[in-house]
Amino acid sequence: MSPTANKNSITLSEQSLGVIDSKSKAGSLSARALGRSGRQIRMEGLFKRTLVLMGLIMVILVFGILITLIVESVPSIKALGLKYLWGRTWDPVQDIYGAFPFLLGTLLTSFLALLISVPFSIAVAIFLGEYYPKGWFSNFLKNTVELIAAVPSVIYGFWGLAVLVPIVRSLETKIGVPPIGVGIFTSSLILAVMIIPYAASLGRSVIQMVPSPLKEGAYALGATRWEVIRSVVLPYTKSGLFAGILLSLGRALGETMAVTMVIGNTSQLPTSIFAPGNTMASVIANEFTEADKAVYLSALIELGLVLFLVTTVINMIGKRVISRFTND
Amino acid sequence: MTKMKTNIQFRINKSKGLQLLVIVLAFACVIPLLAILAYIIRAGITKINWRFLTNIPKPVGEVGGGIVNALVGSAIIIGVAAIIAIPLGILCGVYLSENKKSRLAYWCRLCVDVLQGVPSIVVGIVAYFWLVKPLGGFSALSGSAALAIMMLPIVVRSTEETLKLLPDSLKEAAFALGIPFHRVILKVIIPCGFSGILSGVMLSVARIAGETAPLLFTAFGNPYLTTNITKPMHSLPLLIFNYATSPYNDWHDLAWGASVILLVFVLVLNIFTKLITQRWKIQL
Repeated sequence: MSPTANKNSITLSEQSLGVIDSKSKAGSLSARALGRSGRQIRMEGLFKRTLVLMGLIMVILVFGILITLIVESVPSIKALGLKYLWGRTWDPVQDIYGAFPFLLGTLLTSFLALLISVPFSIAVAIFLGEYYPKGWFSNFLKNTVELIAAVPSVIYGFWGLAVLVPIVRSLETKIGVPPIGVGIFTSSLILAVMIIPYAASLGRSVIQMVPSPLKEGAYALGATRWEVIRSVVLPYTKSGLFAGILLSLGRALGETMAVTMVIGNTSQLPTSIFAPGNTMASVIANEFTEADKAVYLSALIELGLVLFLVTTVINMIGKRVISRFTND
Repeated sequence: MTKMKTNIQFRINKSKGLQLLVIVLAFACVIPLLAILAYIIRAGITKINWRFLTNIPKPVGEVGGGIVNALVGSAIIIGVAAIIAIPLGILCGVYLSENKKSRLAYWCRLCVDVLQGVPSIVVGIVAYFWLVKPLGGFSALSGSAALAIMMLPIVVRSTEETLKLLPDSLKEAAFALGIPFHRVILKVIIPCGFSGILSGVMLSVARIAGETAPLLFTAFGNPYLTTNITKPMHSLPLLIFNYATSPYNDWHDLAWGASVILLVFVLVLNIFTKLITQRWKIQL
């Protein structure tokens, strides 16, 4: 709509100029007006080109990130090949690079965190979407849950270090595993709290979209509140809830600081969920500035590349599912 | 008959029980946030005094250290990031709302989505190769650039969503007056959507104020006060990370105080944003 409107505006102003030109006796005035309008037209073209440029910059930025990561990880791909991802030992001093401990650490922490947080985030979604969609009570809950996402991750890490680690340590003494405190379990707990808001807020909005005739039909058949939720609301919204969980997973995979502070940072393959370990993000954070060899640095960047690709794919699938859900 | 009645009673009780479970689980989510807030404020509020705000950190064992280097550094790094990201983000948002169907807009939107999900540590790596290596050393400027990349998607999204809500008649009326395109955008459209765009900007500042990972190998940290953006600079989240993982109690105290300041700043910005967006009803 805008380009046509624009052309109109240009021709209009030219016409009005013509009118001024023929009627006014002062030639200097019309020349000035003409000059100004010429400048405006040039400005207009310039502005439009700037806008297109801005759009281009966004695209270039993302492809630039991808290309930089690929180019910088070429040395390690060349030197280590694909088996890098399956190697079980990480010993930069002896030039042995195997990323499997970090892949396993990332997967363990993220999925454990999802397992812990999903019941809570779905509960929040059901509470806000179905039981109490309005009122100060649910407003309070909604805003508080959203604030969970606002707290900086380094503060979660610090709190985890000071409060959660001693608690986990005493728990570990009770169940008879080595009481280290830091480790995969502790970081999963922190991550679980941090990712609640993502699944919860998306879940709430899809649950609110369930058409009320469906629910009313179920009530009319004599279903209880829970039966409506179980056999109408949840099946109807399952793809949206799934998308929310995917977005949470994307967050959990890429989370760096809080995990780095409480996971213990060892490059050994974790033996249990209470063992200390490392994730892809935390090993980059810890060792990037210490990497003195080209292959070492490049191996770390390859981890970054894997992280980038995995989170991008997960986020894209999540976004696709949501847009299909909202369009249906 | 009685069997059916007990069956119904069972179903009703099950429904009530599960409702209770949902309520309990939902409110359990609030507990960690309140626990964190309470703990950090209790641990940190006593550490904040005038000396804390005006001194640079002292070596371990000396009393009276402060965090002024991190406060100033954070302000500068965030300020420069905002200067880079806000004009770019707003103009990109305008482009997206003006060109809804072009191929470039499709790709641009996709890229904004991708950028929103990029782990912050990856942004740090990229900023290292784009700025730190060519410039020959860690600098606050490279940290700002990394944070600007993290700000962009939020600013673009909020601008686009806000401008989508403005009625077309507004723009048509402006065009009918013969106003050129760029003046319509700059003088009519953007002022009308100002509070929505502002809330996006505030949200993005709140998001990057607590980011540590992109600064680890860009701004790097600096124990002294500096205002030179081509030199390494400290920032609040970096200081919290460095001191929290150190073994010294003096440094822990500094980190607690810094945590309170950072937390209050971020939460206040978020709450302000909430208030604005509730009036505008935009989804960020």
